Amino acid sequence: MSLRAKCAIAGLGQTRMGKNFDHSSAMGFAVDAVELALADAGLKRGDLDGLIVNPGVTWLDATMASFTMQQAMGLRDLRLSATMNIGGATAAGMIMHAAQSIAAGMAECVACVFADAPLKPPSPDKGKGGGSASAYGFARGLNAAYGLFGVNAAYAFVARRHMHLYGTTGEQLGAIAVAQRQWANMNPDAQFYDSPMSMADYHASRWVVEPFHLYDCCLVSNGGLAVIVTSAERAKDLRRPPVYILGMAQGHPGGDPMDTLISGAPIAKETAFKMAGIELKDVDFAELYDCYTFTVLVTLEDYGFCKKGEGGPFVADGRTGPMGSLPVNTGGGQLSSFYMWGMTPVSEGVIQVRGDGERRQVAKHDIGLISGNGGILSTHSTLVLGANP
Amino acid sequence: MADPSKPVPAITPNMAEFFEGARQGQLLIQKCDQCGTLRFPAYELCSNCLSTRSHWAPVSGRGEIYSYNIMHHVYHPGFAAEVPYAVVVVELEEKCKFVSNLLGVKPHEIKIGMPVEVTFEKLSDEVTIPKFRPRTAR
Repeated sequence: MSLRAKCAIAGLGQTRMGKNFDHSSAMGFAVDAVELALADAGLKRGDLDGLIVNPGVTWLDATMASFTMQQAMGLRDLRLSATMNIGGATAAGMIMHAAQSIAAGMAECVACVFADAPLKPPSPDKGKGGGSASAYGFARGLNAAYGLFGVNAAYAFVARRHMHLYGTTGEQLGAIAVAQRQWANMNPDAQFYDSPMSMADYHASRWVVEPFHLYDCCLVSNGGLAVIVTSAERAKDLRRPPVYILGMAQGHPGGDPMDTLISGAPIAKETAFKMAGIELKDVDFAELYDCYTFTVLVTLEDYGFCKKGEGGPFVADGRTGPMGSLPVNTGGGQLSSFYMWGMTPVSEGVIQVRGDGERRQVAKHDIGLISGNGGILSTHSTLVLGANP
Repeated sequence: MADPSKPVPAITPNMAEFFEGARQGQLLIQKCDQCGTLRFPAYELCSNCLSTRSHWAPVSGRGEIYSYNIMHHVYHPGFAAEVPYAVVVVELEEKCKFVSNLLGVKPHEIKIGMPVEVTFEKLSDEVTIPKFRPRTAR
């Protein structure tokens, strides 16, 4: 039984992103996002029979977050509930879990949501608000004694190996950052909408952990983002054009990414593309998980857009930007738009397939490739979304 | 007000032998009793054969720089005076990776493949930790 086009994304709900202090906790943003997604689809809370939650780093008592949220929203008689976390790969993972359940007749209308609230408002006592370092700058035991703090530092080890083995340069990483900022400058919802960035600006931006400048690293955002997944038949009757789920798969290679320099994309691609019945040349645009510029580069290699190790030259001349031949992260991505883990690429994929991209709309938008990545090239998910079943 | 100092790792029971070795100037790495695979830091079981039996084995202390980063952001006040500083990944001769610092080499002069050897830095009466310095390969 093929799952191709059995289900669709029927609703998209996206709160204002960034320094949004409407709520003091992630739950508030999550509820807003689901409500927005339901309204987008023309549905109501009572229509939901499934809720899947990917809690961000600031969820209190995240263990059974989907149940906590069910109670917070007063939802009754759900047939599907799940709290999932494979990092940035979760968003597509939630959607595929929903789709499989719907295709199996175990649910009909499922909300999948991510929300987080790592930014604290500026306080009169403490001056500046708490930034991402407090949420993501954790240290463990002996590593702290060596000054190794946070995920940027560990990811940097992997990027440095890629540069050593393949000659990838900072300039090439910068090309990804510049291309995505160009997309963001056409996206009024992007946190960097009003801030252009040249290559010179990129190089001048402060180092976080070499080889990563500030603009090699994703933003931090408060906010929530949800989608509603239904059967394809149901989606046709709802408010927005269905975004068909044509292919879906995961890939988790294991081992040490410093050794392998590879994501789970090759594993997932085989299953997802076969399900969708597509080849790489059929992809009109790609929304690729971009916790770092480097992650985009590796993912392009791993999907086969270029050979392993040739990601640098592939992106160097703006190929992934608005003037290029392969649109990537067309809303600005997590580098320039907002950081809602795997929901960032999912949301832009939905917008583009629907034709809602306005100034940044990709001309041909029949097939979108969406990736999610968690940890340090640790987990991976792929969705192939399409305008037609 | 006291100067902020760098974090001193707590000696947890599963790492007690490691720190005792370091205090005595010996680098010990956890080695699976069943298949001999090395692992660091300590872990309950071997990911190669799943055995839970292991011992702490001495290693030569020699290795090469496998990767490195250069930290600019001050995550901890104890490192405020040192940024930018490097954290290195050493691949030991015995093919096990060890995160540490490299002494005596400026961060931007570090090269992957540089031969290194272990040395030890006393942080307190209880805690000494391994660090690395360049080695002249013979």
